[in-house]
Amino acid sequence: MARQDTGLWRVLNGPQELGRGRVFWCLFAFVALGLLAYPAVGSVFALSNLANFCLYVPLGLGLALLWGYNGVLSFGQGAFFAIAGYVYGIIAGNLTEMPAGTLLAAIGGIAASIAVAGAFGYFVFYGQVSNWIIPLLLLVLSLILETFMAQTAGYQWRVGSVLLGGYNGMTSVPSLEIGPADFGGASIAFYYLVIAVMLIAYLGLRLLVNSHYGHVVTGIRDDVERTRMLGYNVARIQIQVFVLAAALAGLSGILYVSWGNYINPSSMGLLAATLPVIWTAVGGRSSLLAVLLSTVTLRWLADTLAVKGGEYAFLIMGILLLVTMLFFPAGIVVTLARRFSSRKRVLGKLKERGAG
Amino acid sequence: MSLGYLISLLYQYLDNIAFLLLAALGLMIILGVVNVINLAHGELIMMGAYITTIAYNRAHLPLALCMILSTIGVGLFGMLLERFVIRRFYNDKLGALVATWGISLILSQGTLLVLGPSMESVSLPSWTFSYGGYSFGGYRLLLFVIAIVVVLIAGWTFYYTRLGVRTRATMQNADMARALGIDTRRIYLLTFGAGSALAGLTGALYAPTTTIVPLMGNQFVDVAFITVVIGGGTNPIVGALTSAALLSLISTPLSSALGTFIGRIGLLIAALVVIRFLPRGISGYLQDIRYRHMARVAS
Repeated sequence: MARQDTGLWRVLNGPQELGRGRVFWCLFAFVALGLLAYPAVGSVFALSNLANFCLYVPLGLGLALLWGYNGVLSFGQGAFFAIAGYVYGIIAGNLTEMPAGTLLAAIGGIAASIAVAGAFGYFVFYGQVSNWIIPLLLLVLSLILETFMAQTAGYQWRVGSVLLGGYNGMTSVPSLEIGPADFGGASIAFYYLVIAVMLIAYLGLRLLVNSHYGHVVTGIRDDVERTRMLGYNVARIQIQVFVLAAALAGLSGILYVSWGNYINPSSMGLLAATLPVIWTAVGGRSSLLAVLLSTVTLRWLADTLAVKGGEYAFLIMGILLLVTMLFFPAGIVVTLARRFSSRKRVLGKLKERGAG
Repeated sequence: MSLGYLISLLYQYLDNIAFLLLAALGLMIILGVVNVINLAHGELIMMGAYITTIAYNRAHLPLALCMILSTIGVGLFGMLLERFVIRRFYNDKLGALVATWGISLILSQGTLLVLGPSMESVSLPSWTFSYGGYSFGGYRLLLFVIAIVVVLIAGWTFYYTRLGVRTRATMQNADMARALGIDTRRIYLLTFGAGSALAGLTGALYAPTTTIVPLMGNQFVDVAFITVVIGGGTNPIVGALTSAALLSLISTPLSSALGTFIGRIGLLIAALVVIRFLPRGISGYLQDIRYRHMARVAS
């Protein structure tokens, strides 16, 4: 493994994230290679399923950054996810003739999420509201958007040639196409796209949180007033982080629409607003890695449970969330990792003492 | 614009105020005293509606008695919640938010599993009268009267009873209150119970007017949250009254002219604009003015 202590590598291995040892990086490389090699053995169905679980990772990581590292809880990630998905659908559906139409649509979708998040962020962050107001208003925003989209059934609700579709949702949205590559839901190309996006998002955010900027972000979480007194423009940084999280959620939304060619209002509703919060809380919001793991695992769990009926899935998610908040406030993965590493440290010390 | 239309607008205005007050007051009292946002408030309202509906349709009790049952039942449930969950999150507002969200999921999905997707509702007492071509529901006016009575009772408890003095002391400075021998945990327990009981009452009162479904709490909470954000937790009674009056003033003409959806958008935008300038809500702003005035008088 390349050594060490300088430049990018040092930043990547900074103190703001779990997993800094040689063992971790070997394991990380092993899993990444495994994911890249998986298409050789997995069936198309399994690949498509795995891609569906992993495409939520940018959304989850965005919320981890926003909530775990910046102390701003959001119930709006579902809304940003769906805004991007819908705008993508509208633009892509109208530009089917254009060669780079879907790419343009993807940019438009993410831009729409960014615009909504920026406008919302301007009011709440420059207003310096207390931190419980933001999730509440985002919840209201999600509910309003859902009621709005649910009533857009009928022929008068269309943009260009695309029907919004009301509660039945927007159907036959074109998949992402970049040049010759077609990223349809059941294609190997889409699987690779999702894995690449997931790994880049993780490593990129890991660099971000360990950079100088990332330390300011966590400084705001720990003490807003102190960071402001140190001369940082707190509201501006909070808006930047909020917008970045919204853009990541939008990215997930576009991947989702490209995967299923379909989006409906429940993807921005109450339950959709909740799930990212559950993933982040259960994994442990203070670690990107923990959130990545819990996002994929809980997506898989929900999918497995949904076969037995959606009510059970949400009931179990609710119980999981409550149990986590009561007994593992730092998150299950983070608690386990801390216990493991503190044991290792104690063992190491004992060994040293034995040798000396 | 005829007199009939104006009266109909006034009627809608009072109806909206009653809805906002009843939906938000419990939430606001809990926020003001316990300093916790209860995201399961909508589900507590739903429980109140279910208790009334079941007691009325299955046990055939008189409607008023059903509503009292709802109030007491949900109040007791709220005290259980406080004792076993909320108590752990006194110093962690976001933690409380997320934990109560888990409770809300469990309650709504649990109800869906146990009692099914819908339930026959209580028939609305059909007291109507009409004026100038518009007809008005007597039950809606009764709701407004009840909302005002509830606020008066809450205000009286707050300002004219021993319990109220202790509660206000706890709100102002919990450590000092504890040093003076006030059992703040008991205050928190009772306040959370009272806020939940108000949710139960709201659910019971609105049970005859809507369809009874497990997710019915949602239609209450979105406006309740906006009311709470605008009112602020500094003084729940004043905050709830001013905020409900202001928001109804915005939403009534908008909903009447452009539909309910535009009315709700108007409320959200109003909330964003208000907190941009009054981050602690109306009641926080009023308190600042009062303190400034007191400082001027003193100097």
